[in-house]
Amino acid sequence: MTPLVSTGKRIPDYLNAAYGLKSWLFTTDHKRIALLYMASVTMFFFLGGLMAVLIRLELVTPQGDLVEPDVYNRLFTMHGIIMVFFFLIPAIPATLGNFLIPIMIGAKDLAFPRINLGSWYVYNAGGLFTMYSILNGGVDTGWTFYTPFSTTFSNTYVLATGLGIFITGFSSIMTGLNFLVTIHRMRAPGLTWFRLPLFVWAHYATSIIMLLGTPVLAITVLLVALERSFHIGVFDPAYGGDPILFQHLFWFYSHPAVYIMVLPAMGVISELITCFARKRVFGYRFIAYSSVAIAVLGFLVWGHHMFTTGQSIYASTIFSVLSMLVAVPSAIKVFNWTATLYRGSISWDTPMLYALGFIGLFTIGGLTGVMLATLGIDIHVHDTYFVVAHFHYIMVGGTIMGYLGGIHFWWPKITGRMYPAFWSKFAAITIFIGFNLTFFPQFILGYMGMPRRYHAYPDEWQVLNVMSSAGASILGVGYLIPMIYLAWSMRYGPRAEANPWGAVGLEWEIQSPPTAHNFETEPVVDKEAYAYTAEQGYVPPTKEAEFV
Amino acid sequence: MNFDIPLFPESASSLASQVDNIYFFALGVSVVFSVLIAGTIFFFASRYKRRRVDEMGTPEQTNMMLELTWSVIPLLIMLFMFAWGTKVYLESYRVPRDADQYYVVGKRWMWKFQHPEGNREINTFHVPKGRPIELIITSEDVIHSLFIPAFRMKRDAVPGRYNTAWFEATKTGTYDIFCAEYCGTEHSLMVGKVIVMEPYEYDDWLQGNKPEQSLASSGAELFEAKACHTCHRLDSNARAPILANIAGKPRLLQNGKTVDATDTYLRESIMNPKAKIVAGYQPIMPTFQGQLTEEQLLELISYIKNLGADQAQTPADPAAEG
Ligand code: HEC
Ligand SMILES: [Cu+2]
Ligand SMILES: [Cu+2]
Repeated sequence: MTPLVSTGKRIPDYLNAAYGLKSWLFTTDHKRIALLYMASVTMFFFLGGLMAVLIRLELVTPQGDLVEPDVYNRLFTMHGIIMVFFFLIPAIPATLGNFLIPIMIGAKDLAFPRINLGSWYVYNAGGLFTMYSILNGGVDTGWTFYTPFSTTFSNTYVLATGLGIFITGFSSIMTGLNFLVTIHRMRAPGLTWFRLPLFVWAHYATSIIMLLGTPVLAITVLLVALERSFHIGVFDPAYGGDPILFQHLFWFYSHPAVYIMVLPAMGVISELITCFARKRVFGYRFIAYSSVAIAVLGFLVWGHHMFTTGQSIYASTIFSVLSMLVAVPSAIKVFNWTATLYRGSISWDTPMLYALGFIGLFTIGGLTGVMLATLGIDIHVHDTYFVVAHFHYIMVGGTIMGYLGGIHFWWPKITGRMYPAFWSKFAAITIFIGFNLTFFPQFILGYMGMPRRYHAYPDEWQVLNVMSSAGASILGVGYLIPMIYLAWSMRYGPRAEANPWGAVGLEWEIQSPPTAHNFETEPVVDKEAYAYTAEQGYVPPTKEAEFV
Repeated sequence: MNFDIPLFPESASSLASQVDNIYFFALGVSVVFSVLIAGTIFFFASRYKRRRVDEMGTPEQTNMMLELTWSVIPLLIMLFMFAWGTKVYLESYRVPRDADQYYVVGKRWMWKFQHPEGNREINTFHVPKGRPIELIITSEDVIHSLFIPAFRMKRDAVPGRYNTAWFEATKTGTYDIFCAEYCGTEHSLMVGKVIVMEPYEYDDWLQGNKPEQSLASSGAELFEAKACHTCHRLDSNARAPILANIAGKPRLLQNGKTVDATDTYLRESIMNPKAKIVAGYQPIMPTFQGQLTEEQLLELISYIKNLGADQAQTPADPAAEG
């Protein structure tokens, strides 16, 4: 491994290449844009989290006594909208993906740097509309906007929020387009498809969904707005429309959107597992193809959200079996990651804790997903807390664990600094425990029959709800700790080396933080990804990563 | 605060134990896989823990057999669950022939139940044990979902269409009814109780709360009050089709297509007659949109469905198929 910066004179890193607010707001450097996104999504994460705190507080007692029902309905609606559209969807692609994809493929930037910057502005413009509606009292339709409630009955800010989501959708389309073109056109010489890191494969699959799925969401939101304003009669039966049509359109996007959220996290996990097992990933091609399989099959299962709507039983049957098929590539990934650990050299550093946590939680999320896809079980647990628990295992247990694992892995690269070992491990374990305490009781509540979106509930379910709320407070603390030490690290953390973990990958061959153009000379790739063997020139580090 | 932790809902319908059985199977499979994966991860992560900073992993060749094994085994287990789950699902849709028809209307924020004998209830639903009961469910406003956990039964109440579901209660008692589809402010108060009684008790209850007339006879009155009978006669289909014996049968439409005369079809024929014109007739029927409540519609439909049971002879119907 030869350091690429060997020209003698030190080139300033991307953080120091220019100064001042303007140099950030008008930057076209993918790394700086990644940081801009990181600031935005973090803000939305804590905003959405605040609403979750209020929801869990309300549910400590069976009576709806903390807030008014209308306030409660707005809380879970805004929690869902913010977390899904403004956090989970952009979280990994727009931050880690943005930062790493060009570097991982040996490019100086994304294919369209200005579109990349534009996407951040578009994202924030959408965010502003949503904030506007929150400040005015919010929306109460649920993040799913089911008709005819959203078109005819709700008297809250449906249009403003819808517009916010509509606009933000374009940032997702722009990002997806940018990634696809970049990955196709800008790979360094020698970097064939099957030498790409799996992180890149995962983002490639994600980008396909972003590009093909998001326009459907845009059309759907537009139709809701038209129906609401002019009663054009598409969704409202009072005007000859079909409310179930909305659900088809909505889930046609929103089911694949789940994979927009979780595929990038899977990409992160492949990087973490290989680095901290210091071993090539087991079944590289299977993991790569399974990402694409998930993206394609993911478009064919939307009807599993509609088993009780009275949709044709034949349709339900097909959607059920396809939903099970889409679980196969996910299972393949889990097995391959596990097999990668076999005879590895495994370190328990913080990012690895997140990766192992991810596998555990994602497995539970996936298995309960298979239960939900089973028609006979779904008629009972549909729209109950069982579903709530299931998708939080996928999205919080999956996506957020992946995101935090990724942040902790690439933090030294992004900021050039290290963070405290003890606190970061402490936080990872706190999050894992808090998460399970919050969401596991909800599976039981769901099978008992507690419907979701309930402001008040029968007394006998209180203990489980209190457990869940207690878990949520632990989880909340777990999320705050990294905020503190990462902020601290940006200023006071010890300087990180180019490759503190002894990882393989182009991003680890350049300095930390990278220079504005990433590579001073174009890299040439002559080996496969995860070449952790001596024959392939891998030299393990001789000292531990320096934490605090 | 009640400190018992209930872990499992009561089972009080013929479907409940079937749903529970698949659930337990799926749960078993999930526990086995979770423990297997978590155990393996933990075992590997400890057994192969890095001892020296510069220790390296031992590379592994991709093993085709292994990959196939762990793809195919879960697939087979899932296909088995799929088949089993689908069987139960289809059963929950296949209404037994001898089931009595009850109507359910969801409305923000209450459940209205109508017994075939004409009894009406709000948020309380008396039913006999051991008799199959068909529910015909609709909504007056937004989408709701009728959920009775003890029966493992849930069906959406969708405005503008009728969804059917059925159950057979197996245990007397009082069980929760919830609205499972979010419907606005008092969604969580749109709850009720289903009271399962011994059949003789139920019959007493029906008698004790005897309404003036049955659902179908209220429908018959409406049929005259709304002047339906001026076109739809019992003896002549000159102006409009005779409605006897059409319910559930295939109907031939003007555009050559055939549709089954389901409840939803009958409803649409009244509310939006132009949508599907019966073959051989002029589109002269006016719409009754806005002139009938959901309950009145149900009465009319119940009347139409009861027509014909006693009419032995009906003149040739141009739209009857086959
Ligand atoms: C002005 C005459 C007229 C009146 C009044 C009228 N209908 Fe009709 N109806 C028709 C005609 C003609 C058709 C067949 C053509 C069509 O499908 O529209 C029809 C069709 C129907 C059908 C579909 C029957 C089939 O054969 O499939 C139903 C059900 C029905 N009407 C119910 C009613 C009810 C209930 C009312 C009163 C609330 C009513 N109609 C009032 C003329 C009338
Ligand atoms: Cu889905
Ligand atoms: Cu409801």
